[in-house]
Amino acid sequence: MGNSMLSPNDLQALWVTFKLALVSTALLLVFCTPFAWWLAHTRWRGRVVIEAVIMLPLVLPPTVLGFYLLLLLGPNGWIGQTMEAVGFNHLAFTFSGLVIGSMLYSLPFVMQPLTAAFQAAGGRMLEVAATLRASPLERFYSVVLPLSQRGFLTAIVLSFAHSLGEFGVIVMIGGNIPGSTQVASIAIYNHVEAMDYASAHTLAAILVVLSFSLLLAVYALNRKFKVVGI
Amino acid sequence: MSIIADIILERGSFTLDVNLQLPGSGVTALFGRSGCGKTTLLRALAGLERFNGGQICVQGEIWQDNKHFLPVHLRAVGYVFQESSLFPHLNVKHNLLYGFNRLDKSARHIAFDDTVQLLGLDSLMHKFPAQLSGGQRQRVAIGRALLTSPRLLLMDEPMASLDLISKAEILPYIETLHRNLAIPVIYVSHSIQEVCRLADHMVLLENGRVLAQDSLQAVLTRPDLPLAYHDNAAAVLCATMLRHSADHMSELGLEGGQTLLISRQNIMPGAQVRARVLARDVAIALQVPQHISVNNCLPATIRDISDDSHPGHVLLQLDLAGQTILSRISRRSFERLTLAVGLKVFALIKAINLD
Repeated sequence: MGNSMLSPNDLQALWVTFKLALVSTALLLVFCTPFAWWLAHTRWRGRVVIEAVIMLPLVLPPTVLGFYLLLLLGPNGWIGQTMEAVGFNHLAFTFSGLVIGSMLYSLPFVMQPLTAAFQAAGGRMLEVAATLRASPLERFYSVVLPLSQRGFLTAIVLSFAHSLGEFGVIVMIGGNIPGSTQVASIAIYNHVEAMDYASAHTLAAILVVLSFSLLLAVYALNRKFKVVGI
Repeated sequence: MSIIADIILERGSFTLDVNLQLPGSGVTALFGRSGCGKTTLLRALAGLERFNGGQICVQGEIWQDNKHFLPVHLRAVGYVFQESSLFPHLNVKHNLLYGFNRLDKSARHIAFDDTVQLLGLDSLMHKFPAQLSGGQRQRVAIGRALLTSPRLLLMDEPMASLDLISKAEILPYIETLHRNLAIPVIYVSHSIQEVCRLADHMVLLENGRVLAQDSLQAVLTRPDLPLAYHDNAAAVLCATMLRHSADHMSELGLEGGQTLLISRQNIMPGAQVRARVLARDVAIALQVPQHISVNNCLPATIRDISDDSHPGHVLLQLDLAGQTILSRISRRSFERLTLAVGLKVFALIKAINLD
């Protein structure tokens, strides 16, 4: 039987979890902001296909996503082989692989609120800004971003919280390497497998408290923003 | 200096095909039914609606021709949209400063404080758009557009979304603009009262084409245009408020020394006013009638005679001290008096509206 204190291993798992959520959320924002802007305003007919693909991770079992990623990123996969051909390692069982998997898995949670926000913030307000001498970039910074605050907030929270709890994709492509690819959810699973319920409890409780505080903070902030009139 | 707009623009089954030469000062009204292309024309002028070729030239500066398309944010245009278009995340002051701050200091011809005062925005500066009334919001929108020191101010039915009280509140401000600023204004409206009160020049649009472009008075009274056949057909007389009398009447002076009597109006003597005279309120006499209640009986000359839309009516265009008014009388009276072009008559004006 283990004890209820966090082992160094558990601490590391928490740290990897946190880092993974942070990095994948940050990268998703960088990547999705222009992508969602384009999707919100394109009149291209193929956009429905894109929209469907973006939502795919929502309905697919994470193991399916993880399985294909493993094939793709592993030493025999298309991307993995390319990586090795140019002198890098393949991405399976690495932190970078986890980030890619986590990003794909959280993609709909970032794209959906951002696209909706950009659709609402576009149109008339952008025309107004243009007649007030704002260049396209200035329009984006001074009108679209502030009017999309809520969309960004929702995207960040959902992506972060979702990454915290991710299991299936990670188990498939990250394996279970302590200190490198072992995240909290997998550590909990290991504790349970080993019948060490006390350690599982501690880790699980930390995740519950963390997620709850995060959501609480966000909803409180959101209320505050509403008062300002957005 | 003037505004030249040569536009052919297709949107589905609708085609806007206009060739306009508008004066470089004063208010030009774009008038027509909804769907006739007024807003599209305004948007094309601002660069919000793209089209190929054509020409848009404002006060000597080319905004668009075969080779160039100046993007909206580089055009010195002020645009007041139909509905409130204030940025909801900025307070009044920062809405006003949004465009102003983007201009070079040397390009700011309109002072911030003057505009705030002109539009009465002093007490609103720290409020957010959601806290303002419809009329206040439009005043801020007008101020915000003015503060970009535009060479051309476009107003797309700025009062259409307002109730009557807000309209009454905002009209005087627009009139003040008109008197105090040299910026040409193009004003879209489908309210003839608004047009009569504000416009100097008028463009009549129908199905994307220009039916007429001329001075307000000319377009209102041209017998070959649909306005003259409207039941509320009217002419506008420019006059000066002369004096108020003890019996609650006011006297308006026309050029040429003639005067018009109306019920007392709350307008300072010396002010310029526009008197709207409906065609159906003008009767004709060959001599000055005695024993009649109508106060205004002015000599006029018949300039044109045309058939009215009603077969029993005739529409007369009269020259009254150099200005034009319309008179709609019955065909029977017309024949009884044997009226003809060039005949000197007396116009009996039963009602005058200062709106």
